[in-house]
Amino acid sequence: MKWNKRKLVDRIMSFLAAACVIIAIIPLLSILYTVIINGLPAIDLDFITKLPRPVGEPGGGLGNAIEGTFIVVGIACLIGLPIGILAGIYLSEYGENKFGHFVSFMADVLTGTPSIVAGMFGYTLVVLYFKSFSAIAGGVALSVLMIPIVTRTTEESLKLVPSSIKEASLALGIPGWKTTLYIVLGTGKSAIITGALLAIARISGETAPLLFTSFGNMFWSGGIDKPISTLPVQIYTYAITPFPDWHAKAWAGALILIVMILILNIGVRFAARKKFG
Amino acid sequence: MSFFRFSRRKFSGDNIFEAVVGLFALCILILSFYLFRELFIGSELSRNTFGLSFLATTTWDPVNEVFGALPFIFGTIVSSFLALVIAIPFSIGIAIYLSELAPSGLKTPLSFIIELLAAIPSVIIGLWGIFILAPFTRDYLAPPLSTYLGFLPLFQGPMYGLSMLTGGVILAIMIIPITSSVSREVIMTVPVQQREAALALGATGWETTRIAVLPYARSGIFGAVILGFGRAIGETMAVTMVIGNSPKISESLFAPSYTMASVIANEFVEATSGLYVSSLIEIGLLLLVVSIIINIAARVLVWKLRRVEGGGRA
Repeated sequence: MKWNKRKLVDRIMSFLAAACVIIAIIPLLSILYTVIINGLPAIDLDFITKLPRPVGEPGGGLGNAIEGTFIVVGIACLIGLPIGILAGIYLSEYGENKFGHFVSFMADVLTGTPSIVAGMFGYTLVVLYFKSFSAIAGGVALSVLMIPIVTRTTEESLKLVPSSIKEASLALGIPGWKTTLYIVLGTGKSAIITGALLAIARISGETAPLLFTSFGNMFWSGGIDKPISTLPVQIYTYAITPFPDWHAKAWAGALILIVMILILNIGVRFAARKKFG
Repeated sequence: MSFFRFSRRKFSGDNIFEAVVGLFALCILILSFYLFRELFIGSELSRNTFGLSFLATTTWDPVNEVFGALPFIFGTIVSSFLALVIAIPFSIGIAIYLSELAPSGLKTPLSFIIELLAAIPSVIIGLWGIFILAPFTRDYLAPPLSTYLGFLPLFQGPMYGLSMLTGGVILAIMIIPITSSVSREVIMTVPVQQREAALALGATGWETTRIAVLPYARSGIFGAVILGFGRAIGETMAVTMVIGNSPKISESLFAPSYTMASVIANEFVEATSGLYVSSLIEIGLLLLVVSIIINIAARVLVWKLRRVEGGGRA
């Protein structure tokens, strides 16, 4: 084929577009690399089981922050998953009306809520009411971010369930609500779980909503009505100090957090791909 | 549909079930309402004290209780615009490559990797920003900018690692996954006949993209960009960690700045007086309202395209 100007432009543009992809991947690789290089040396059994030590004292760990992250995310799930999934069921099964469209639209809009605003909401609603920072407040703030995501993914996954399955069930005389509960949900189950796990992965790393809801704590959790330490907030606190020892702890905490989140993310996506082709 | 209605009338269990799940759907509307209501009530003191001048004055003085949000509004807008300026060409390039030009075996893994970036918690991106990106912009990005573009006030003055420039770059990194993946989705809704027509006329791959695909997807890509802008405005942790947190309005991108989300993150816990807290909540309210408006605008732009396309395909 003749080598002309148009062909050359085509090649150049293809090359530039590919370069964009490569440049966009560099920060990701750099982040993963630095987190692993700086984080790995500081991780040992003490780090994941012990309490933090004051600055200057070597040793200690982020055991309480890891515990706290599980508690706060757990609370967020208790609030967010039922609301999100049931609202999603409504939207996909009964949502073909003005109310349904509006709810669906609002859920979409809510996914853009700035995370710091969710934190403020948890503060004015829960912290001011109980007059104390607490794990519950943190959970409420995170659930604000979680609910719209779970609602939309549930709605989308249930809409993919073929109507022939529904009709077959109805034709057998199974009531509509049982059809939804057992047949539709049964078929869409794994997609809903995928969506829920991705939402969990998304909120586990959130820091901003927790800064003034769950706050922080240097000890093990003293109950869900007390301030509680979480991994993201602890990473942030350590990162902005001037102490190299705490920087090392921040990197190690980041490594643990990133591993948890990436395992959830990649694992879930691979499982989903295998299932749905 | 009539089948459903028939069965619903026959079994009252259906009505109960619909009512129960409907109630949870209503929760979403209640949540949206309360989100707004809490911030609206919480900011009442500040709104009554300062009125509209809150948005236009630059004094931020917790000791004397005088609060003006302009430096933060400025910082948020400039850093987000900077992020867009950097992210738009990359996002469109990525979207084009991953939907049109890439070998088909590479499309899925590459888009997966780019979307993985969105899964990294923002506090970790901030940590990386403090120790890797900030020194990098200071040592490698800022010197050529001030050498070649130094005649612009944007690139004058001493370069601090923690600066508006670093903030903009980190925001760009964080919004590229969403703008590029939404743009890619939009581009993929372009009917294949458009492409085939261009190819049949002898257009090359790039020419097809330019003539047949991009004009068709333009409004959707614009929506994706706005969506990215909304993300940039609301992003908190990573920016707070690298932007320097200084409430001054500076012409230079090399100077530290402060954003609306950052000031809330930094000062909310320490805010002691009612007026201080109320002012911060007003900033939060502003952030919420602006990002909701931006989101609605973006969704409308992206949806319109999808609906037109969906109608055509069905």
